[in-house]
Amino acid sequence: MSVRHALLALLSEGPKYGLQLRQEFEASTGEVWPLNIGQVYTTLQRLERDGLVESDDSGDDERQKGFRITAAGDREVAQWLRTPPDLTSPPRDELVIKVLSAMRVPGVDVHEVIQVHRRYLVELMQQWTRLKEDEAEFDLTLALVVDAELFRLDSVVRWLDAADGRLKRASVEPPVVSTVPRLRRRMVVRR
Amino acid sequence: MSFLELRQVSKAYGVGPTEVHAISDVELSVDRGALVAVMGPSGSGKSTLLTIAGSLEEPTRGEVMIDGQTLSKMSRREKARLRRRSIGFVFQDFNLLAGLTAAENVSLPLELDGIPARRARAAGMEVLEELGLADRASHYPDELSGGERQRVSIARAVVGERQLVLADEPSGALDSTNGEAVMRMILAACKRGVAAVVVTHDAQLASWAERVVFLRDGRVVDQTVPPPSPESLLEPTTRQ
Repeated sequence: MSVRHALLALLSEGPKYGLQLRQEFEASTGEVWPLNIGQVYTTLQRLERDGLVESDDSGDDERQKGFRITAAGDREVAQWLRTPPDLTSPPRDELVIKVLSAMRVPGVDVHEVIQVHRRYLVELMQQWTRLKEDEAEFDLTLALVVDAELFRLDSVVRWLDAADGRLKRASVEPPVVSTVPRLRRRMVVRR
Repeated sequence: MSFLELRQVSKAYGVGPTEVHAISDVELSVDRGALVAVMGPSGSGKSTLLTIAGSLEEPTRGEVMIDGQTLSKMSRREKARLRRRSIGFVFQDFNLLAGLTAAENVSLPLELDGIPARRARAAGMEVLEELGLADRASHYPDELSGGERQRVSIARAVVGERQLVLADEPSGALDSTNGEAVMRMILAACKRGVAAVVVTHDAQLASWAERVVFLRDGRVVDQTVPPPSPESLLEPTTRQ
């Protein structure tokens, strides 16, 4: 996640202090992503170095410094908001690798391995849902963040369900080996 | 004590070589005020489990108890009365009667139970108001959106003194906002002491329940342990 751009977006509302930025960042993400104050100041220094923010020069104490966005910073925010995150190449997904490995390890029931992960994910989703039930009904920001997390976890559960079903079918009717030359299946893997 | 209890319940269809086990040795207990989700893929036996829990079908083996009464020891008449009085069903396709208004659909179970029409209608209106549907009371099902129809069918399931709500894929084809509204309503009924079972393949829906039971090939294979407080999600461990 880009803390750099999120801080820049907050500064586009008007000049702010570091501590204030941290509080506002946490509030604007439903307090789901806590932020270290040291990280805020390091990020601000880099933004200043890159000419995207300016500070009022009131001494060396970072806590006393106010920061404001520059015209270049405004352009950067506008561009960032509209730049799609890189979703083109699949991440090296640890869970996918575990399931693929479970198929090969002797004595391991891959369905049981899938269920272990399914249960863990559903338990995690129960916690997020409880948060939504208790608080998010009245807190729009939190509701949006919780929804994003629930949809993300849900997609993993769906993949497990699909894998479970596919493996079950394959054990009943083994897949026919294709005689068609295989496509090169090398994908660019994001780390 | 549990309000609903399934003990070693099995159901087989057909005999001999064509016998198919829909569910096998299912144990399930649901306390008053609890919401339990049964999660599994299509064909895992979820709907069979629900129809047996609701006394619509009889198990091949095992016992079902509702409010301490063993269903196998009850006559058909007694079971029908139990269903009318204590159990509310919610189906994926709503099952509202097209020729009746929302209010009439909701008060129908009470009228069928012999409650005078005026009292039944008043109780029906009360639930519709609680669920924010008062302005839809005189609409017919085909004049309602999918989300509204499902909310009306939930109103029908909780009207009167219902103590058990059994829901089969209640968010069916609804979008996630309406699906959430449906689960909030079922949860609100649980907070009033109703025991509820929701069967679904949808993890987001299931995650509203305090306990999720996993069904595979007709067997309970796993269940969630009560989750820790959601506060643990917000512990001050800064993610970089």
